[in-house]
Amino acid sequence: MSKVLAFVESRDNKIKNAGFETASTALKIANELGAEAEVLLIGSGVSSITAELGAYGIKKVITADDPRLEKYSTTAYSKILAEAAKQRGADIIILSATAMGKDISARVSAKMEAGMASDCTDIRTENGNIIATRPVYAGKAYIDLKVNSPVKIFTLRPNVFKPVKADGVSAEAEKFEVNLDDSDFKVQVKEIIVSSEKLDVTEANIVVSGGRGLKGPENFYLVEDLAKVLGGAAGASRAIVDAGWRPHDDQVGQTGKTVSPSLYIAVGISGAIQHLAGMSSSKCIVAINKDKDAPIFQIADYGIVGDAIEIMPVLIEECKKVLSN
Amino acid sequence: MKFAVCVSQVPDTTTKVKIGSDGKTIDPAGVTYIINPYDEFAVEAALQLKEKNGGETIVISVGSDKNKEAIKKAYAMGIEKGILIKTEAEMDSYTVARNLADVLKDINADVVFFGKQSIDYDDSQVGNLTAEMLGIPSISVVVSLNLEGSKLICEREIEGGKEVVESVLPAAICAQRGLNNPRYPNLKGIMAAKSKPIEERQPTYTENKTEVLTMTLPKPKAKGKIVGTDASAVPELVKLLREEAKVI
Repeated sequence: MSKVLAFVESRDNKIKNAGFETASTALKIANELGAEAEVLLIGSGVSSITAELGAYGIKKVITADDPRLEKYSTTAYSKILAEAAKQRGADIIILSATAMGKDISARVSAKMEAGMASDCTDIRTENGNIIATRPVYAGKAYIDLKVNSPVKIFTLRPNVFKPVKADGVSAEAEKFEVNLDDSDFKVQVKEIIVSSEKLDVTEANIVVSGGRGLKGPENFYLVEDLAKVLGGAAGASRAIVDAGWRPHDDQVGQTGKTVSPSLYIAVGISGAIQHLAGMSSSKCIVAINKDKDAPIFQIADYGIVGDAIEIMPVLIEECKKVLSN
Repeated sequence: MKFAVCVSQVPDTTTKVKIGSDGKTIDPAGVTYIINPYDEFAVEAALQLKEKNGGETIVISVGSDKNKEAIKKAYAMGIEKGILIKTEAEMDSYTVARNLADVLKDINADVVFFGKQSIDYDDSQVGNLTAEMLGIPSISVVVSLNLEGSKLICEREIEGGKEVVESVLPAAICAQRGLNNPRYPNLKGIMAAKSKPIEERQPTYTENKTEVLTMTLPKPKAKGKIVGTDASAVPELVKLLREEAKVI
């Protein structure tokens, strides 16, 4: 009999959106397999936030709550997840494919000799087997795969799976006694530098990205302003990152970030294949570009063929007007 | 000190993917292969540490003869020794890591470098997997790196910011774009790389833990709507986003 264990990421005792997505998906898979789903929280003070998972139908939350776990440690966190999985008898482990989830999952994979399907955009059961779908070549193709080892690990791409609320469930918490010594903290986070409170493109529901069509770095504020009005994040094409207009962590595309927001607005981006790879799974795509033959229009749901510099100020004002109504 | 770098050879980012006749992998016909772009940051980081601290550098790759090109690229940039774990098999991340770890355990490198992911399967697993198999700590998505005595102080990218991470040695580092500017090999380096020997080894582990069932191309999108050709189309566009697509 299978048991599903989901590692739900929290920072400063706040559960990340991706964590709720992962908890809900773990529950769905467990239900399809007739198995139980449990959640593991790791941190310092996480025992105080277990109830939030009840709202998503989780009945049991295991907590590894220890002051030494306040800051993330790859080695300590992965040891705890592997040991908790063994102690709980979990053979299916699900995490979010975030910076933390990617780190922990690979180390747990080695510890438990477990195969992994990473960064999945779909997982489902077929005749008792779990089939995962994941993008390869930055989304230029997809593979369906299954994991054949006794313990199986799946990481889920953030912003793709829907968190599902459930009524009338309260999560029972159980403390997982952590056996940690100094050798478990060979690597540890000392400090977190938040980049000017700005929303990351991978976490945003709306992304506005700018490219060469903005003509110069001095016009990038148009992209930032529209992102701000829409409550989204600003991204950039590789061309303008390479040109030094924007830092590399803004870059959307095959050698940058892969995003799948509900709305992606490409401003003055022609749509090189490596850019399309990073954003083509967005649910709704808008392109503003003066070249009607630009590849971006082939995947855009809506487009305006015209000069981004002229169109953007009008678009920002119109969005302000409409959203204030 | 000893610095090892693990590299792979991958289709260029401009590659248009076609599915191969097995329905599970890409059709390699007409594909240009390059060293994985993130691995170039890893190679550069290893070279910079060696130049500053002295020691030796070694590059390792798992794959077919085509991976020799990635090793030669690393040679041309300045890496001294290279090992190819030669296989024609399609290996998953776990299996690649097992083979790397089996070679690395006898090398005893102080720092093992990886790219943060290879841009073919985009798994972001091999660096952390290999580190765990070697029993050493790992730091991934690294954008800055300082070796201070026997400690590594790194910055790694996370969602919406960076973590400052401290690690003991030996350790594994997975390089992200931004860590450095990889050097361009000079002509002398390129010429020397051509004739430099590459040690070939047999894989020690070949059994995959995952199985690809099918590879498919994304469904083509229905043709979108061109709303207009200038700023006068903006109100219509916003109306569509609000009422038809319901995304704002």
